[in-house]
Amino acid sequence: MVCGVEFWVAEEVGSEPEVKKEPEKSPEEQEAEQQTNPSESAPNGDAEPQPAPDNAENAEAEPAPSDPLSTPSPDGQKKEKGISRFLPPWLKRQKSNSQAEPRDGHAPTDTPTQPPTQEELEDGQEEEGPKGEGTAVQPTGGAQEVQSGEEESPVANAETQPVKQKEGEEWAPESGVPSALKLGKKMKITVCHVTLLDGTQFPCEVEKRAKGQYLFSKVCEHLNLLEKDYFGLSFKDNTDQRCWLDPTKEIKHQIHNSQWQFAFSVKFYPPDPSQLTEDITRYLLCLQLRQDISLGRLPCSFVTHALLGSYTLQAELGDYDPDQHRSDYIAQFHFAPTQTKELEVKLAELHKSHKGMTPAQADIQFLENAKKLSMYGVDLHHAKDSEGVDIMLGVCANGLLIYKDRLRINRFAWPKILKISYKRCNFYIKIRPGETEQFESTVGFKLPNHRAAKRIWKVCVEHHTFFRLTSPEQPVKSKFLTLGSRFRYSGRTQAQTRQASALIHRSPPDFQRTSSKRSARSLDGAPVVSVSDHTHPLVSTHAAGPGENGRDSALELYSDSKSPQVEEGAEPGKGAATAVPAEPASETWKAADDSSELKREPRVQGENIYVRHSKLMLEDLDKTQEEVLRHQASVSELKRSFMEAAPEPRPDQWDKRLTGSPATSLHLQAHGSLEEELTSLFLSKACFSGLMDPCSTSVAPPESTLAAVSEKSPTRLESALSDSRDISKSTEDDQSSGLNGQPEVIEVVEETVVIEEVVRVARPQSSAPETAATEPALEGKDEGSASSDSESEEEAEYHPQLSGSAHLIREDPEEEEQEVGLNQEAPPAALKPCIIREDVTDEAAATAANMAEPADAQQQEGEVLVIPEKAPNGHTHDSEAPPTLFDEEEEPSFVNGDVSHVEGEHAPQVICCSEPPVVKTEMVTISDTFSAQKAEITTKEVPIVHTETKTITYEAAQLDGSGDVEPGVLMTAHTITSESLCTTTTTHITKTLKGGLSETRIEKRIVITGDSDIDHDQALAQAIKEAKEQHPDMSVTRVVVHKETDLAEEDE
Amino acid sequence: MAGFGNFTHAIVRAIPGSFATGALRTENLEEVDPNRALREKKAYVAVLRELGLEVLELPADESMPDCVFVEDCAVVCGDTALLTRPGAPSRRGEVEEMKTALTNLSLNVVEMTDETATLDGGDVLFTGAEFFVGLSKRTNQRGAEILADTFKDYAVSTVPVSHGLHLKSFCSMAGPGLIAIGSSQTAQRALKTMQQLSDHKYDKLTVPDDAAANCVYINMPGKGHILLHVTPEQFPESAKVFEKLKDYTLIPVSNLENVKVDGALSCCLVLANKLARV
Repeated sequence: MVCGVEFWVAEEVGSEPEVKKEPEKSPEEQEAEQQTNPSESAPNGDAEPQPAPDNAENAEAEPAPSDPLSTPSPDGQKKEKGISRFLPPWLKRQKSNSQAEPRDGHAPTDTPTQPPTQEELEDGQEEEGPKGEGTAVQPTGGAQEVQSGEEESPVANAETQPVKQKEGEEWAPESGVPSALKLGKKMKITVCHVTLLDGTQFPCEVEKRAKGQYLFSKVCEHLNLLEKDYFGLSFKDNTDQRCWLDPTKEIKHQIHNSQWQFAFSVKFYPPDPSQLTEDITRYLLCLQLRQDISLGRLPCSFVTHALLGSYTLQAELGDYDPDQHRSDYIAQFHFAPTQTKELEVKLAELHKSHKGMTPAQADIQFLENAKKLSMYGVDLHHAKDSEGVDIMLGVCANGLLIYKDRLRINRFAWPKILKISYKRCNFYIKIRPGETEQFESTVGFKLPNHRAAKRIWKVCVEHHTFFRLTSPEQPVKSKFLTLGSRFRYSGRTQAQTRQASALIHRSPPDFQRTSSKRSARSLDGAPVVSVSDHTHPLVSTHAAGPGENGRDSALELYSDSKSPQVEEGAEPGKGAATAVPAEPASETWKAADDSSELKREPRVQGENIYVRHSKLMLEDLDKTQEEVLRHQASVSELKRSFMEAAPEPRPDQWDKRLTGSPATSLHLQAHGSLEEELTSLFLSKACFSGLMDPCSTSVAPPESTLAAVSEKSPTRLESALSDSRDISKSTEDDQSSGLNGQPEVIEVVEETVVIEEVVRVARPQSSAPETAATEPALEGKDEGSASSDSESEEEAEYHPQLSGSAHLIREDPEEEEQEVGLNQEAPPAALKPCIIREDVTDEAAATAANMAEPADAQQQEGEVLVIPEKAPNGHTHDSEAPPTLFDEEEEPSFVNGDVSHVEGEHAPQVICCSEPPVVKTEMVTISDTFSAQKAEITTKEVPIVHTETKTITYEAAQLDGSGDVEPGVLMTAHTITSESLCTTTTTHITKTLKGGLSETRIEKRIVITGDSDIDHDQALAQAIKEAKEQHPDMSVTRVVVHKETDLAEEDE
Repeated sequence: MAGFGNFTHAIVRAIPGSFATGALRTENLEEVDPNRALREKKAYVAVLRELGLEVLELPADESMPDCVFVEDCAVVCGDTALLTRPGAPSRRGEVEEMKTALTNLSLNVVEMTDETATLDGGDVLFTGAEFFVGLSKRTNQRGAEILADTFKDYAVSTVPVSHGLHLKSFCSMAGPGLIAIGSSQTAQRALKTMQQLSDHKYDKLTVPDDAAANCVYINMPGKGHILLHVTPEQFPESAKVFEKLKDYTLIPVSNLENVKVDGALSCCLVLANKLARV
């Protein structure tokens, strides 16, 4: 114990945010990044690969980074204004139609991200002012996030004392240094008041900047508690909601301006308390439960009240003694929310029957009975379903429970849940498809506010990790996993804590069982959470008339029309940033019964869409390229986690044990309503480049640099690839995940490298180290944004996964694509363009990748070239350029030819995901020039997918270009997946040399997959905006929108 | 689930003369033969007595043709009995007699006073670990809520019952952790729903006929597992399934008449354990 404390102290000192925050980066580089994004020149990649998370000295030596935050905001503004500027005139009209909306959508998202950060920063600055680290303060939030992942986990994982000791020693020498550095700074000490479970107060002095862990350790030490992983410290936020103190973060940042008043409570209720090692742990759990019961949080019947109370009496008073225990001895205790005389009589009666039972035995009996209560360990949160009906979400060891009033109306076991996320005040879970379903579905709930949404999200992440995983997610992963909050549970899991407690060898500590009388009286400090949840549910019910009963209040197996969904309409700023509500995926038996009803409901299935992510990318593009990388890395991570995630739904015990049922055909129909949106942007830039390699993959302006780079490019790429391969391998080794996943994971990392290469071509910086997804370098650079992401995140997601288990199911389309799409060609020699075919988690993206490189399109068995036939103009959207005559037909040639690839390949792929037959594929090209670009219409009948495909091409005047399909190609592809949106961007760069004129064409293909509720115009605008921002020196010459919609399913 | 199926008392009610003609029915099947109904009832009660249960037979009320189906009037679990508010208005009066009987058993009797609530005991499946309440034509959400509030220790999950009269028209507990379930789509759907909603694992006993899935499980001290189930004459295929159960005392009980008015085996019975008090 002492060791542990020492350790924490040491860490406390060593882990000052400023100290650690930018260990990997030199100031020059930062400056360079901030000021000259596109053409950054400081090649200090070599310095970066050192993760140096523990290297405090290194960190201290680091000068304060230069104001990274001031840069983003102006950028952001610029970006906003810039869109219209960048838009080609022919697009502006469209923009006025559609883009106004997206902007509205963005505004709320952007704004909230900033202020909290600022707050934090100011907060930090206040504290650190005297230290003269004002500038350094800014990235604090991000730094904390970052380091929390790196530092706390090893600690938390430390199973044994020796390990801790070792770490402690490691830290020991350093601990002095920072304090020395901070001589000028006053160590501000404050007193925390912790209400313990027995109702007593434990005052504890902590340094003002102490982390939660420090206080928690102090409390556990005070309590002599070793099995502490089940417990936590909570506090009331200013809305009087109970929040858990994050051990990895500074206390003051969490409590904001609230009191330094905490409650020590059980955080994870062990499903089987008999497996706890020590009596003292059980005792504390008993205390918690007594509190829960007496406050009504844990409802139980009269008999159970009496029984549990009698064990409490036995544990605290010992055997019933008629002399000592007079008639009113029980009245001093507080057992139930309403304690009747009758109950007390019963209690006394039962107390007598426990004669001879030791306190420890009584506690065990107490727990054995309490654990059976249906609400044991269920953390309840108020929410609303899609119809605005009040429900309760209960997070427990096994998963998520949905209650309407007191009734359980649905349940999602952890294995059923693929992803947990929140956005604004919405909380989403993505559900694994059932046996007969093809698609995941996303269920959304509306929480009272954003903080509540975040709170339940966190609780879910923690519970999932604690109860389902053998070890917490690795910090490396957690760094990249999310775009929003990076919060992860970093403590021990139940499995780990059990292992650890098996090693506890100490004589059972003496502890005083203080009387429950006390706890009953001093509940003030205790986390009293919505007692009314349990006690008055009946009063507040929505009286359900007879008409409402029956199937209407249905629960269906996975999610049904009634199961809570976030209503689209209900969402306030529903723009691009708004999640498209996931319609239930599973058509369960209801389909058979109420088919008419079904028809009315637009069922959308499959990957849901979040346009927001494309926006996120845009934001990042405004900042640094590293951000892009980070996102891409996170994408890789997402994919990877996705693959690993597939937690083999443990063979359903039910089904397994139950006899074969003849009638399992539940008419579960997968009404795949899948919408694909593929936006291709062609940017082109002509520049002089006698120097340049014609096949250069460079995009960015500085010619000289470019030339140099382009020559180096292939080799560097190669090395980068091999580097990353190593990295990924080693990462792999660390994980005992399924073999299947490994090759893919490796490739994913490669992909990142490729992206990196492309993005950075113009910047002679060694890309490899930075790219490596595992490097902390990126983190350091991203701090500015990281802080905004993490501290003020509007949303976040979490992919429940089973680490350490070989559960790999390739159950969803995205994964399947992995194998197909991934085909990497070795970087060609010298001047040959690099062709990297990469897999993107979305089939369309894979296709896009393919079509970007038709010449090399050798993979993709199913590839079909569709020759355009006809052009119905009827489908042109608000394009101002009327389709010209000869645009309509012929010329499936170069670029458009690609598009037809798309469809050819696309359709068959979709087929496997969706059910209803008939594919309508059409393509409309609108051009405002009479030049080369042609419209083409492909119609393809593939009798399976009920899909509507529409391609619209917008073109700016552009001459020539036809014919030279010079495959100077380098592609990037990244996919951002979220609850309801999958965005895949494929970049294809062609460089051609004509005379002395070098032309660089960049083709970006953005595939947005998701529900039918995508705002297409907005998505398009986003894509254009993004492209413009990414390549400000180029012009958009052509926009092809290829839309594939699954028509609303029809019930046969 | 220990002690599941332990009962000391059985409450039944005599068949009124109005039964054959007046009882509610969902399907217009054959006419009820009042004499055979009486004979079956007599045999049924005899079986219960033989098992060692103390059988309380409430007097019939001619104004309540359905009063024989006492199950719908009360849900007894442990020391608590919830008097229901039957979904069929014509049946609400049946509860009074039941109230008296349960009070006499010194159970903790809870009444459902909410005018908006309806609950038929036939929609309540108690598995020993939790309740499932069928939301049917006779039972609504509010009724289920009151049940949940009455039996606070247990999870109460709702199961939509789109076809059939009650949840227990196609399922019942055939033993601890063993659910007997019919083969119809409705039944299988309901089972899926229950599986989805439950943290507990149950075995299932699938019988071809929905009506046959309603059986009565009793665990009498010294007698082990006892199961009252349908006769081979009535449901030959389903009876075979029951006959495969091991370590059970199987008692086929004829129910040819009641079934015509949606009466299953468990409908005529409220089981209670007077010793359930802690």
